[in-house]
Amino acid sequence: MNLTCSINNKTVSREVAPDMMLLDFLRSQGCYSVKCGCETTNCGLCTVWMNGKPVLSCAVPALRAGGCEITTLEGVREEAEEFGRFLAGEGAEQCGFCSPGFIMNVLAMKRELSNPDDREIREYLAGNLCRCTGYAGQMRAVRKYLEAVGRQEAEKQETEKQEAQKS
Amino acid sequence: MNREKNVNRAVMKKDAMALVTGAPVYTDDLAPKDCLVVKVLRSPHAHALVKTIDTKRASAVPGIACVLTWEDSPACRFTQAGQTYPEPSPYDRRIIDRRLRFVGDVVAIVAGDTEQAVDRALKLIKTEYEVLKPVLDFRKAKDNPVLVHPEEDWKSLCPVGADNKRNLCSSGSESDGDVEAVLKDCDLVIERTYHTKADNQTMMETFRAFTYLDAFGRLNVVASTQIPFHIRRILANALGIPKSAVRVVKPRIGGGFGAKQTGVAEIYPAIVTMKTGRPAKMIYTRYESMIAASPRHEMEVTVRMGLSKEGKVRAVDMYTLSNTGAYGEHGPTTVGLSGHKAIPIYTPEAFRFTYDVVYTNYQSSGAYRGYGATQGLFAVETALNEAAALLGIDPLEIRRKNFLREGQIMPAYYNERLESCHVSQCMEKARAMMDWDKKYPFKDMGNGKVRGVGVGISMQGSGIPCVDVGTVTIRLSDEGHYNMMIGATDMGTGCDTILSQMAADCMDCDVKDIVVSGVDTDVSPYDSGSYASSTTYVTGMAVVKACKELREKIIAQGAELLGIPAKTADFDGACVYAANEDNANDGSASISLKDISTKRMCGSGLALEATVSHSSPTSPPPFMCGMAEVEVDLQTGKIELLEYKAAVDCGTVINPNLARIQAEGGIVQGIGMALFEDINYTDKGRLKENSFMQYKIPARVEIPDLEVEFDSSYEPSGPFGAKSVGEVVMNTPLPAIVQAVYHATGLWFRELPVTPEKVIRGLGKLR
Repeated sequence: MNLTCSINNKTVSREVAPDMMLLDFLRSQGCYSVKCGCETTNCGLCTVWMNGKPVLSCAVPALRAGGCEITTLEGVREEAEEFGRFLAGEGAEQCGFCSPGFIMNVLAMKRELSNPDDREIREYLAGNLCRCTGYAGQMRAVRKYLEAVGRQEAEKQETEKQEAQKS
Repeated sequence: MNREKNVNRAVMKKDAMALVTGAPVYTDDLAPKDCLVVKVLRSPHAHALVKTIDTKRASAVPGIACVLTWEDSPACRFTQAGQTYPEPSPYDRRIIDRRLRFVGDVVAIVAGDTEQAVDRALKLIKTEYEVLKPVLDFRKAKDNPVLVHPEEDWKSLCPVGADNKRNLCSSGSESDGDVEAVLKDCDLVIERTYHTKADNQTMMETFRAFTYLDAFGRLNVVASTQIPFHIRRILANALGIPKSAVRVVKPRIGGGFGAKQTGVAEIYPAIVTMKTGRPAKMIYTRYESMIAASPRHEMEVTVRMGLSKEGKVRAVDMYTLSNTGAYGEHGPTTVGLSGHKAIPIYTPEAFRFTYDVVYTNYQSSGAYRGYGATQGLFAVETALNEAAALLGIDPLEIRRKNFLREGQIMPAYYNERLESCHVSQCMEKARAMMDWDKKYPFKDMGNGKVRGVGVGISMQGSGIPCVDVGTVTIRLSDEGHYNMMIGATDMGTGCDTILSQMAADCMDCDVKDIVVSGVDTDVSPYDSGSYASSTTYVTGMAVVKACKELREKIIAQGAELLGIPAKTADFDGACVYAANEDNANDGSASISLKDISTKRMCGSGLALEATVSHSSPTSPPPFMCGMAEVEVDLQTGKIELLEYKAAVDCGTVINPNLARIQAEGGIVQGIGMALFEDINYTDKGRLKENSFMQYKIPARVEIPDLEVEFDSSYEPSGPFGAKSVGEVVMNTPLPAIVQAVYHATGLWFRELPVTPEKVIRGLGKLR
């Protein structure tokens, strides 16, 4: 069956089997950041965005993505690097296998929640399992990243305000 | 030259940016697109013989390249355990055997162009089984009339007390002093039995490998493994081909924790490539990684501990019964650690350690972080905590009376002399972090919830003494950077980076000037592999030695170019120069490293390169103290972990960030083992917890912020004073949480995990 969708802002049109999952489709299209860690939708490794919302690509039939905008880590490289530096700054990427799905969800959380507290962060990211870090280092990275983002935004607003006053 | 030193600095991992941007650097990302997909038909029975197997219809499925059964398997027996030859683990496997020894054992291997074709073919294999009685109770396995390995060609290479005609993978006894006499003389003798299960490592990347033949017809294997050099031997043994015909490459690894110290998946694509000549890959599903892999050895440890009424531990008599499952991978060695890494801490006057490792009809166990020490320490630490409660002594005070001290000989630890030990400092540090004195032993919150605190001590080794080998090649390259080749396996832990930090300090350069590469068995220098907490300590020392040798060569070459005697020259990382009495540059002659490296590439015969191996006669133990605070809801049995505080003595900390993450990650795996991760079988031997739905590993919401500090001793035999950190961090949560739950509920749980259900049942009995 034909599947036409956008992957990282590029339109692709392919013949796919009806039982193909989005995870396998994305890997077949060269999005190797998308990883499989289980078959039971428990680990969060395969997290991508569908129309901007995080989904587990192992549980989405590829054809369901028809007409949708799919974003993988490859499509948000700059932001991934920005947060990734905080993550690696704690040594909390470790084996890195869960990082792509985790980072996709962190970036989604940043868009969805403003100033989340620790409990909200833990709950939003609860579905992203990690066996290396024990989560503490990831939490430090997330907090520092959100603080930095908050600072940047405050500065931006301040500059905009000043420019508006000037004009 | 005053460069910023790199050791003891939180350097970012060299591969970090590739990993956080999702670069295609793991095994399955690199596999050829047209390679055959390999899958395995697995036994539905715990014990059976294949009477007949018909593969005609399966082979006829379009796209199927081969269907292999026991008739196609080489007859030689081998072990998948990644250990130095001669392996202590018996040679008890065939690639495919006619006898099936657990639910999940291999009946047939199928390879085809697509997953769909392979799945179809798997369904079309017709097998007739002769179902046999299985051995499913490991307490009754020894001398059971049913034998797991009755075959005559079963072979044990080492004197580990193995006997396949008794279902024994290993057995033995060792002692020091007269245990019975000392026990008789003790004021308190307690005897307790502790049971831990076959927990699964659940690294996020499951087992996987792909294989192909190169231009020379050699078998090339790209595998997610901790043990590339052992895999070379394992595959050659299994396939009956020369070791020279195998090359193993390790790309980035998505976690190991010991699971990948066993060659779980490599053999299947390997035999397919050998039979078909075509590239092939095997990607284990999570289900397969749960049911047919290499989990922790289930152990039942019985401790008899004798103490004086003041709380001095005088004698320890330990019996460990270990369940190795259907095959003996790591069976004889893990059991050893249950005694060797648990008995020495409290310096008993006399000890006895006896053990049996039995074959049963469950999946084979293997190596999992802690490697038997986890199980042994849970038993000894909890026994001591129970004794402290009986004697009415604070569990910290009882430890103060018993702790090992630097300079002591450890009879239960290969008679090694303890050179570096901050275990007691670690405990005092953790005590302050936890505010133990205020919280001990419990606090009733007045709302049906009670809080309790608990403590656990841990030790481990640093490499296997006189066995593990690390080798490092370092050479000067263009314009003054260095290529460092290692055979040690970075599995996410960061050894590529920390070994580079050491090299950078030895060569007085930046970490970025060290280009590290590993592992390719054709080109990397030999390393036994990344396991047994060996990499920092053993391979790290090889780095130090190789760099020393290279420095001398650089000085010699520079001096020659300057026309001065080498003994009057020195090197500061940037230049070789004529040195004054203080080894400082006297200003008379100097040549830059850049010039040396450029000049030797033109008409020079001197290779500026050094290769040095290191093996240690000792295995200095790192130490740790962990403290837990839990809150138990007496109405529901729910156990909430409120705080976990730990202090670690791993010698000099090479990279504080990476060491901290090791500690935190290990603690959370220990928490999983203590509170969540359970293993149960049906009465037919089928694993119930065979996915992340049933096998619950800790999630973010269950884990509080951990706090880890370091209290570093200095290990004179280690690189820069370092010891290991990877495994010691696994062990404290088990006894600490069990004691915290005891303080909250009055109940001792001697089988893990401690679940709300068990708490409620226990409280019901109390009332």
